Amino acid sequence: MENKSFPYSELVMEHFSNPRNMGEIENASAVGNAGNPNCGDLMRLYLKIEDGIIIDAKFKTFGCGAAIASSSMLTEMLKGKRLEDALKISNQAVADALGGLPPVKIHCSVMAEEALKAAMEDYEKRKNS
Amino acid sequence: MATESTTMRNIYLDHNATTPVHPEVLEAMLPYFSRKFGNASSMHSSGREAKAALEDARAGCARILGCRDSEIVFTSGGTESDNYAVKGAAFANRNRGKHVITSPIEHHAVSVSCEFLEKEGFGVTYLPVDSQGIVDPDQLRKSLRPDTTLVTIMHANNETGVIQDVKELVRIAHEAGALFHTDAVQTTGKIAYSISELGCDLLSISAHKLYGPKGVGLLFIKSGTKIQAWNQGGGHERGRRAGTENVAGIAGLTRALEIAARDMAKETAKLNSLTTRFYERLRECVPDIHINGSLEKRVPNTLNISFKGVEGEAMILSLDMKGISVSSGSACTSGTTQASHVLIAMGLPGELAHGSVRFSFGRSNSEEDIDYVVDIVAQEVQRLRNISPLYTKSGN
Ligand SMILES: Cc1ncc(COP(=O)(O)O)c(C=O)c1O
Ligand SMILES: [Zn+2]
Repeated sequence: MENKSFPYSELVMEHFSNPRNMGEIENASAVGNAGNPNCGDLMRLYLKIEDGIIIDAKFKTFGCGAAIASSSMLTEMLKGKRLEDALKISNQAVADALGGLPPVKIHCSVMAEEALKAAMEDYEKRKNS
Repeated sequence: MATESTTMRNIYLDHNATTPVHPEVLEAMLPYFSRKFGNASSMHSSGREAKAALEDARAGCARILGCRDSEIVFTSGGTESDNYAVKGAAFANRNRGKHVITSPIEHHAVSVSCEFLEKEGFGVTYLPVDSQGIVDPDQLRKSLRPDTTLVTIMHANNETGVIQDVKELVRIAHEAGALFHTDAVQTTGKIAYSISELGCDLLSISAHKLYGPKGVGLLFIKSGTKIQAWNQGGGHERGRRAGTENVAGIAGLTRALEIAARDMAKETAKLNSLTTRFYERLRECVPDIHINGSLEKRVPNTLNISFKGVEGEAMILSLDMKGISVSSGSACTSGTTQASHVLIAMGLPGELAHGSVRFSFGRSNSEEDIDYVVDIVAQEVQRLRNISPLYTKSGN
């Protein structure tokens, strides 16, 4: 988008139009939810984990352009990562990887980080049960 | 992108946001930018020429709207007219009372003005609307108090197009001795009405919603209405609105009103047929859609539709990439996403309110556009529903 008044970077629009890793994982090792449909954004993150490594990540998201692009980017960043490295991924890292988000849309990348944290908690819970 | 844009159709379906200037309107405006550039306050011939144009325009507007010339004050648009009406009437009558009644579906120009009044010590009552987006006249009757000086309820809503029974509401307000303002920005040029028929004391109009220029509008002020000038300075507009008159814009507004009146029957028939076709085809092609607001009591060009499981901004972006311009009442900004205050007031669940899209048709749209848009909407809704964790096809 060459237009300066347009809120999103080209990369955000690219991920919005062609989201990566969209869908669900059957028998996922962990699932994390974040957001709330009443607030307009909801993300569900699915992880497949083997030997401490995220071998697959998928998502489903109800939300704005930034929410969908952040979800897509997060799953890309997660795949192949060791759990301890995955935990270090912040919302800022997701936003940066997307070439930046408008200030009013930062909370949409925060949702991605929250979904990741929720998935990690879910993973710990499942491991201990 | 370059190859795509040469073949991409551009279909504008956001006429409630703004409209292009009609060629005849532009023609009516052009002389006043250069050849007839005078200041209507000047005494010399150039000024008198501008003054004559201004008063001709005022007479033209009055004739179409059904009021007297002297009851029209030209402004910089709908926002200014609303601010002036609400604050000006409330302040001018504050010795009589400090209570104002409004609705929860007003445009921000009215609702933020009411919030300002609250900060200034006025009491504001927000009447509910029903699921169809309509204010119940009985609710107004019950809310009126001896200290109520002003009732402000819009004629048609910008998001849903739903029309209020202003005539009845005015009658009730007047029985209780309150003034009545209506924001007619979304009805003017779309439905035929006469101000004397409506009976209101104050009425706001904006030119750019009816194929006129941006930055010009008017406020009708019934003669004898107590109102405090809000824009202060010189004695323009008989002391009611200071500022050198935008003669070109005012000439454009007047021409736009004339054209709307002239073509009203034809345009209404066309818009009714376009929106009906659109809605029927959409219902055939897209499951789980919800029309927001009364289908009967609405301006002929507007449809507000929620797509289950899909968020509004995502729809706007998707359609924009296909060259289709629409808008949504929801805005994902600053912290939390805000669903449309209009749809929430109508009791729509948050998820559906977040998934609303406003299609507002106009002069440039054709039947072929409709079929194309339905196909694209169906395709994009399906794409976004695949991404959504909230959508499972009903029946599955
Ligand atoms: C109902 C309503 N009132 C007021 C306005 C504001 O008018 P303007 O854009 O001329 O300031 C609008 C347009 O946005 C509107 O739809
Ligand atoms: Zn968002």
